[in-house]
Amino acid sequence: MKKIIVFFLAALLVLSFAACEGKKAEPKLEIFSWWTAGGEADGLEEMFKIYRSKYPTVEIINATVAGGAGSNAKAVLATRMQGGNPPDSFQVHAGHELIDSWVVAGKMEPITFIFEDNGWMDDYPPGVIDIISYKGDIYSVPVNIHRSNVLWYNKKIFSDNNLSAPVTFEDFGMVAQKLAAKGIIPLALGDNGIWASVHLLESILLGSLGPEKYNGLWDGSTAWDGDDVKAALGNFVTVLSVVNTDHAALSWDAAAQYVIDGKCAMTIMGDWAEGYFKSKGLTPDVEFGYVPSPGTSGSFIMLSDSFGLPKGAPHRDNAVKWLAVCASKEGQDAFNPKKGSIPSRTDGDPALYDAYLNSAMEDFASNIIVPSVAHGAAAAEGWVTKINDIMSLFVTDKDVEKAASEFAKVAKDFI
Amino acid sequence: MVRSKKDVIIGIAIVVPSFILVLIFVYGFIAWTFRVACSAWDGQLPNFTWVGFKHFASLFSSTRFQIDLWNTLYFTILFLAVCICGGLVFAMLLDNIVRGENIFRNIFLFPMAISFVVTGVAWRWIFNPTVGVNVLLERIGLSFAAWNWYIDPSQIFTFHVALIPVVIAASWQYIGYIMAMFLAGLRGIPDEIIEAARMDGAGGFRIFMKIIIPSLKPIILSAMIVLGHVSLKIFDLVYTMTGKGPAFATDMPGIYMFETTFQGNHYAEGAAISIIMLLMVALVICPYLYYVLRKKEG
Repeated sequence: MKKIIVFFLAALLVLSFAACEGKKAEPKLEIFSWWTAGGEADGLEEMFKIYRSKYPTVEIINATVAGGAGSNAKAVLATRMQGGNPPDSFQVHAGHELIDSWVVAGKMEPITFIFEDNGWMDDYPPGVIDIISYKGDIYSVPVNIHRSNVLWYNKKIFSDNNLSAPVTFEDFGMVAQKLAAKGIIPLALGDNGIWASVHLLESILLGSLGPEKYNGLWDGSTAWDGDDVKAALGNFVTVLSVVNTDHAALSWDAAAQYVIDGKCAMTIMGDWAEGYFKSKGLTPDVEFGYVPSPGTSGSFIMLSDSFGLPKGAPHRDNAVKWLAVCASKEGQDAFNPKKGSIPSRTDGDPALYDAYLNSAMEDFASNIIVPSVAHGAAAAEGWVTKINDIMSLFVTDKDVEKAASEFAKVAKDFI
Repeated sequence: MVRSKKDVIIGIAIVVPSFILVLIFVYGFIAWTFRVACSAWDGQLPNFTWVGFKHFASLFSSTRFQIDLWNTLYFTILFLAVCICGGLVFAMLLDNIVRGENIFRNIFLFPMAISFVVTGVAWRWIFNPTVGVNVLLERIGLSFAAWNWYIDPSQIFTFHVALIPVVIAASWQYIGYIMAMFLAGLRGIPDEIIEAARMDGAGGFRIFMKIIIPSLKPIILSAMIVLGHVSLKIFDLVYTMTGKGPAFATDMPGIYMFETTFQGNHYAEGAAISIIMLLMVALVICPYLYYVLRKKEG
């Protein structure tokens, strides 16, 4: 008996020592993200390198949680934040995902001072500053800009069949018909976990409605059950009729692989797809081409990854220095070429970026910028999960009337 | 057994801490979850305004939740049927085998050692409609048997056919465990009884129905309880294997709870789903406890 009690006490002692260990005030910096794969992890490492060269004594803890579009990471983050154990800085989609989830809840510190102290306010486009601000204060550093409305295509298939990339829905229909006749699946989709379907939907909504009405969807000035939206949903059903039948089993990158393999001719995906193509040894404009998704020329659906400063960050000073690296020209030009995205600053060095990214930088400077819904910029996360649920059924039953009324019902709760 | 005063004190001292911990971390948290389920907590900021059973009511009118309940019911029935029948067959075969029983027993028990997450990922590839079993079926000339497996959204009445591959994966994991339970039970049946029955002229089937099954009854019941609560709470296997599936074909309340709470930040609604899941498990466990306790008293 005694032995057991002694053992028990000893175990307690060891545990309490282990618990104390973590509290030692060591210079550390914990960065939480869902960047675990390929280019994104490399890009993050580039920013770490800059940080390490400036502050060599700080030990960086790279807390990443794998999972597409951060679905698992967000759950881990919510648990940590609710439990009062925030990381020093975490990745979050700029826009409503940041504002509605964290800023309104009072969990974030404003970081306007980082921009002002360094004189960077004018280096960011006003549209971007708007998206990351709440009641006049800036709450996160956008490290990149991604474009969501891009149609990627296999150049060999298009040249073999004398086709040119579709610009409008009519073009798309014609091209799809010709490809299907040759036994090539026109469009690749990998919507395991459904978000890729929402991603496709936003491109089609923008292409059918135009940027003004598209923006109206998020503030209530465009009715979700109006005729315009129903027509757009009809276009979605049409596009859905030419995708690979196994889409529900695939992730977005598996769909991109179908385009590489020539099994499918096109895919509509954000420009992280370019990073995937390049990681497979393909060159933009040689093996694969890109155009804005049908009907969306002149518009740019943006989403952005950003880092913020949670209240009660254990190593706040280090985190502030980290955010300054993220916001600097140097940090963004190190990160983005690897990640396959463009800087959110306007003064990025074009020479560092490839042909596609240069075209995206030009479009970003000249196009109408609208927010992405699938990636947290246009609507609160609570709204997006409801949209995901409606899409899950819509993709299968293709019932436009039902989907439109469900979308309208849900929108009422969030506007 | 004679207990000294000291033994009693030590006994109480050992039990009390765990009793307190269980009281706080199990029952306390159940009560807290229930409180959250009846609150207006939507978003990251806790809000404990009492709203009553609003979230429960809205859940039962939600299409997705109705599908989830049907899926759970079908999954439970199929999973239990496959595991118990399959486990019994394996146990009886193994019971009659002369050599190598240990090897076979370990082979069948092995899947138990693997986490559901790993099982899920592996079976996801096996049943992938383009690279999985369909390829195998084509190779051996059975291409007519190929179908879309877990991404097939079609249903018969309210039964989603996409659940079949999920049941196969879950059964693969648990069948060995059930077999081991039955094997122990079979060993417990005295040979004399079976011998006596045989002497009286009973055939194999008769012996099976009249002697083996009745003696295995308590084990069948425990197996049903173990499998029942696994299937009602199932999350990790389905989440990694198929997710919610097209049109929620393989969605389960656990996945709905996870997405609602941690992706949508609808905390109150998520808590309501958890409470309903708890009640479903209670529905299975309580009759069992009643049965066991009554038997002890009798």
